Amino acid sequence: MQWDIVIGLEIHVQLATKTKIFSGSSTAFGAEPNTQANAVDLAMPGTLPVPNEQAFRYAVMFGLATNAEIGRRSMFERKNYFYPDLPKGYQTTQLAQPIVGPGHVDIDLADGTNKRVRIHHAHLEEDAGKSLHEDYHGMSGIDLNRAGTPLIEVVTEPDMNTAEEAVAFAKKLHSLVTSLGICDGDMSQGSMRFDVNISLKPKGSETLGTRTETKNLNSFRFMEQAIAHEVERQMDILEDGGTIIQETRLYNGDRDESRSMRSKEEANDYRYFPCPDLLPVEIDDAFIEDARARLPELPDARKARFKEQYGLNDYDAGVLSGDAKLSAFFEETMAHGKDAKLAANWIQGEFSARLNAEEKSVAESPISGAQLGALVTRIADNTVSSAGAKKVFEALWSGENDNVDAIIDAKGLKQVSDTGALESMVDEVLAGMPDQVAQYQGEEDPKKRKKMLGGFMGPLMKASKGQGNPKLFNEILVRKLGD
Amino acid sequence: MSISREDIEKVAVLARIKVDDEQVSALEKDLGNILDLVDQLSAADTDSVEPMAHPLDAVQRLRPDVVTEINQREAFQAIAPATEDGLYLVPKVIE
Amino acid sequence: MHNKSVAELSKELESGKISSLELTQQFLDRLKREDGKYNSFITISDEQALAEAESADEMRAAGKATVWTGVPFAHKDIFCTNGVRTSCGSKMLENFVPPYDATVTEKFKAAGAVCLGKTNMDEFAMGSSNESSFFGAVTNPWGLSNGEKRVPGGSSGGSAAAVAARLVPAATGTDTGGSIRQPAALCGITGLKPTYGRVSRYGMIAFASSLDQGGPMARSAEDAALMMNVMAGFDPKDSTCIDRDVPDYTATLNEPLKGLKIGLPKEYFSEQLSPAMEEQVRNAVREYEKLGATVKEVSLPNAKLAIAAYYVIAPAEASANLSRFDGVRYGYRCADPKDLMDMYTRTRAEGFGNEVKRRILVGSYALSAGYFDAYYLKAQKVRRLIQQDFINAFKEVDVLMSPVTPSPAFIQGEKTTDPVSMYLEDVFTIAINLAGIPAMSVPAGFVDGLPVGLQIIGDYFSEARLLNAAHQFQQVTDWHQREPQ
Repeated sequence: MQWDIVIGLEIHVQLATKTKIFSGSSTAFGAEPNTQANAVDLAMPGTLPVPNEQAFRYAVMFGLATNAEIGRRSMFERKNYFYPDLPKGYQTTQLAQPIVGPGHVDIDLADGTNKRVRIHHAHLEEDAGKSLHEDYHGMSGIDLNRAGTPLIEVVTEPDMNTAEEAVAFAKKLHSLVTSLGICDGDMSQGSMRFDVNISLKPKGSETLGTRTETKNLNSFRFMEQAIAHEVERQMDILEDGGTIIQETRLYNGDRDESRSMRSKEEANDYRYFPCPDLLPVEIDDAFIEDARARLPELPDARKARFKEQYGLNDYDAGVLSGDAKLSAFFEETMAHGKDAKLAANWIQGEFSARLNAEEKSVAESPISGAQLGALVTRIADNTVSSAGAKKVFEALWSGENDNVDAIIDAKGLKQVSDTGALESMVDEVLAGMPDQVAQYQGEEDPKKRKKMLGGFMGPLMKASKGQGNPKLFNEILVRKLGD
Repeated sequence: MSISREDIEKVAVLARIKVDDEQVSALEKDLGNILDLVDQLSAADTDSVEPMAHPLDAVQRLRPDVVTEINQREAFQAIAPATEDGLYLVPKVIE
Repeated sequence: MHNKSVAELSKELESGKISSLELTQQFLDRLKREDGKYNSFITISDEQALAEAESADEMRAAGKATVWTGVPFAHKDIFCTNGVRTSCGSKMLENFVPPYDATVTEKFKAAGAVCLGKTNMDEFAMGSSNESSFFGAVTNPWGLSNGEKRVPGGSSGGSAAAVAARLVPAATGTDTGGSIRQPAALCGITGLKPTYGRVSRYGMIAFASSLDQGGPMARSAEDAALMMNVMAGFDPKDSTCIDRDVPDYTATLNEPLKGLKIGLPKEYFSEQLSPAMEEQVRNAVREYEKLGATVKEVSLPNAKLAIAAYYVIAPAEASANLSRFDGVRYGYRCADPKDLMDMYTRTRAEGFGNEVKRRILVGSYALSAGYFDAYYLKAQKVRRLIQQDFINAFKEVDVLMSPVTPSPAFIQGEKTTDPVSMYLEDVFTIAINLAGIPAMSVPAGFVDGLPVGLQIIGDYFSEARLLNAAHQFQQVTDWHQREPQ
């Protein structure tokens, strides 16, 4: 049987506020355990929550950026359950009246089409602490530094039908929140976590199948794998005539396995009710207009501008505009370099590959956009060949030297572009290769001729000690050998 | 309205309170009496009445995003049942 | 000295006839000598009290004294006190010494008052007789001379008994369904439950967040007004605390009552009220008529539903508020838990007393799937009807007057076997908390040698008017000055 896959996402986005959602404790990552857990965060008796204005501002900015209705009057509920990383024994969250109502995000797909994914709502809530599973004499250790960090939970409609779409949405959301500056986007530190709801239905059927929820995926790759895994699992069950149980599952990315958390679900009844320690939050026009004024250029607008301003193609513009830090890097590169296509290629090629290999973020890059811009300029004006440019890049990356021109000089990477000198080298090489010259001139097929031209380049580069400008060599060769 | 033993046992698990059989019997009577008292509510005509969560018709005040707390781990952990390396210790947490 | 009011003690200190240190030592000595009879204190904090007394004397020497500087008092053991055990009457917090102060605690410290210790209370403020305290029942000073051990009321029974027994001139209390007014009535003292949001709840251990309110317990309305001057006011740490000017509550105590319009809710003079009690209350109302007030009957048609609504809302909120007592970060943890579930369920089974457990279970049940609408939501709607009754009544009259309790202080153990009979103790007080309005209990006579309280109920933020009405009554009566033998 053929199946339609139906996917909805719930995304937890940690907001980049300085303090927690209900207390003045710092949210900085990486502090010593429990040094940022104070009376309110620890749920000490008698302590009370006071909400952080910035968390609301960020949520409203998110709502504006996703074309959503803003909840003019939102409320907090208590979600009751016991867990050692949840100090109050309830999570303060929003259920009936969330801060962000229905909205939507458009995603670009690989085939060049795009798709609208509807957002059901987004609500504010507090994060839990962390249980550390290292062994303390058979006990677990609890660190509550993260407890109370503000989150928005974004809940989509089940509008995605493939893992590709789900990942494209997730990446778009990542791009959006980092561009807005409301989240640092650092997935390895849990700044964005994805829950995926998946169901299958017979192709063309109107009725949705029973769904499962796979929780806490913290990378795009795991998300893609988890979806593939779950789709396959459900398909196997359905094709064997079985039924899907509505349940929460945990996916283990390292083993590509998932398991049910059903035992935990059955016992739960969250007993939501309005939090009596908090009053309704009213958002007025002034607050919304203030948030709107803080909106930076968003990825879609930036993409359009990159195409317009730099003449990038759709693909390059899409990649470079997607990540706020990457697009800032590109623009810094362009401020010091002239060839946008070349800059785009270098950023997406050598630069990104190096970051990935060393698991570094753009912010951690040892080279600046200005340096890459200088290098691109030297490639464009024929000062260095691309082979030479790679050596320059290497020297910049390793910190050997921070000046592009100084590196070119020191390493003798400057190309010879003196036409006279190059011409005499060509004459000399051609004179030593009469057979190949005759073969070339006897060939009719232009493709083969082009290939044969390459045979002369090796000896030429050798003769110029690697410093001859390959582009000029090519021109001279073509001219001397005749078309 | 009466409450069954099963309901009491279920709600005791939700509330994380251990109850033995004898206690369940006592609770069956006491909670049953309390719920009988509460059942007077059903007589009230509350169509078109807005639920009231707060006595005062006030709006939430928001706090500026400024760090006001300092590290007081030592003071807080001095009164904790079990800690080590700055962590609160609990019986093994199994996900 | 122990018979003097806050206002009088303040004058003694001001005149220099006695230092705060001397006064504190006298009170501590008497407290330790006498409290064996009442068990009204859980913790006597002599060391901190003497240190506070010394600072108070320095404060006075520096010319920075307030009315309260050097005056002894006590906190209900529900207000967190930095460095002094705060138990909330529970085994769960038997050894809990908070490293922080409640806002109310801070305010009394800033005024230079001297806290002698923490008063006994029903566990987590759940009770109307002070018999649910882990630290033992409190005995009402009234009736003792007949060899009777009567309850002081609850949950602020320790504060009420301590003030009645002249162990302290004043003490803080909290009131969720009557927990200031009912013990004040049964012990023959003056108590005020302010408007919800008038006094900060920060650091006051929560029972039912939308109902809890701290307030003063003292012998006279004047002293209660002096306490309100310290306690009331905006607190940025409590989202439900209202940012509104605080009047000087003593400034209007002597306003004449001529023309005051009093309403008597007919539902509060029902068959539940004993005829002897009713007589005392009606006599008190007649005193007000002599002072120039007019009286009319009013109706609170939904008042009869208050107990039912309260016993959904309060336990529901409590069930969540008390989840933090889980044995992880502070307080009691059971011995040798075999796993996480065992730690939770035994810690809470062993750490909480029966009444607390009953309310947590009722509250959890009322919020659970399938019951939420019928119980919680319905109760919230009834709550609005009850509030509306009061709003309507205050269109016609300035204050309402009623009994505080259906009968005077009962014998210990009389109602402990039947929780519902205990709940009915609060039949006249509970609706006030649901509405969030202020109300007082004022000594208004005796039945069988036991004190009777008059309840004066006001519109939102009318504490000054209530204190004024109570003070004027206390100028023409001496019920509040009677002392248990």
